[in-house]
Amino acid sequence: MSLALKALKKSPWVFHVNTGACNNCDIEILDCLTPRFDVERFGVILVGSVRHADVLLISGPVTQNILPRLKRLYEAAPRPIKVVAIGACGCRCGIFRDAYNAVGPIDKYIPVDAYIPGCPPKPETIISGIVKVLNQL
Amino acid sequence: MQAVMYIVQYLVFPGFVFSAVVGLMTTWVDRKVTARVQLRVGPPWYQPFADTAKLLGKEVVVPADARWTGFLLMPVLGLAAATLASTILWSVNLRPESSFVGDTIVTLYIMTIPAITLIIGGSASGNPLGALGSAREMKLLFAYELPLAIAFLTTIVKVGSFSFEKVLMYQQYNGVMLGSVSGVLAFIVAIFCAQAKLGFLPFDIAEAETEIAGGTHIEYSGAPLAVVRLNTAVMYLVVPLFIITMFWGGVAFTGWRILTSVLKYVAIVVIMVLIKNTNPRVRIDHAVRFFWGPMFAVSAIAMILAVIGY
Repeated sequence: MSLALKALKKSPWVFHVNTGACNNCDIEILDCLTPRFDVERFGVILVGSVRHADVLLISGPVTQNILPRLKRLYEAAPRPIKVVAIGACGCRCGIFRDAYNAVGPIDKYIPVDAYIPGCPPKPETIISGIVKVLNQL
Repeated sequence: MQAVMYIVQYLVFPGFVFSAVVGLMTTWVDRKVTARVQLRVGPPWYQPFADTAKLLGKEVVVPADARWTGFLLMPVLGLAAATLASTILWSVNLRPESSFVGDTIVTLYIMTIPAITLIIGGSASGNPLGALGSAREMKLLFAYELPLAIAFLTTIVKVGSFSFEKVLMYQQYNGVMLGSVSGVLAFIVAIFCAQAKLGFLPFDIAEAETEIAGGTHIEYSGAPLAVVRLNTAVMYLVVPLFIITMFWGGVAFTGWRILTSVLKYVAIVVIMVLIKNTNPRVRIDHAVRFFWGPMFAVSAIAMILAVIGY
């Protein structure tokens, strides 16, 4: 394993994308950064720009309006990039499956490396999902 | 032979390698103290090094709208300037005879170059938020440079010389600047200006991750981002060291003074981290008003007191 990959496992910076979620998964993602879970112990920080990101945390069914932006965000991210779909909506559109404005789960448009089900998923589940993504490297 | 010595000093000790390692360790101290203030555990000690190694291995994206010369060259230039400032400061502290006339002014000017390179790099990125960050950084630069320069001039007036050697000698014989009223006032101004110079809360207006998504840093990725972050890390070493040299008797690597030197440095870093953790971000007009109003007044009072002899 190269040094860069080893370092990547020690400092995965996450970028948070909401593609039309109800904000519940977003609250649980922020829970991971609070003192109780404190993912900065493992080098995880939430970054403001997609150019700094190593992992995209995507929550929500993809709405029509967000779809072109989601594709551009994925293209704008520097490689290697990992994608994690968070919540029932992120995995399979959840309760919005038959909605007129939801155009399908995330993996219809961009490759997804891990699915974290739950409505919303617990912070423990999110952490375990990210660990699994990093072990794929 | 002298030229080779200078190059080795610039690249290894006390220049690039030494400053980068100590600077990155300081950013770890910053993150760890921040975490403890927030009742968290915080990252392990190797975290800044892992971040840098990772960024060096990532893809470098240059946006289609960016001027790639300015965009990629500016972080390197900023790092070179920060390293030069660090080399001068360590050299005069370790061997005061290597001081030259006017080196305080030279160092003060070199210390503004990293901010200027950030401004140019942010404007060259072709991103509206980057341009916004650049504009804010420029206003901030105009705001804090005036009180900072006057605060350092207080020491220079008191000592009566522009060279670090005289400043250090004066403090050795007459007691440190922090022992006088004007020294204390100028020190307070310098700490606040350092906060703005390093882009820390409450003056991280130019980066403002939650507001303009990184501002001047927004389009940097991979190795250039690593250089930008190293730049900040080296400045994290330079600015407290400059303050210690001007107000607190400098640092030395002999005997017991090693311990006191490290303690002085950590004390200033912790003061800055505590200010950072207990204040929200201010708006740019508030920042300008703060520096041109109260901070300018305090530094002017310090200057007048120094002229009178307090």
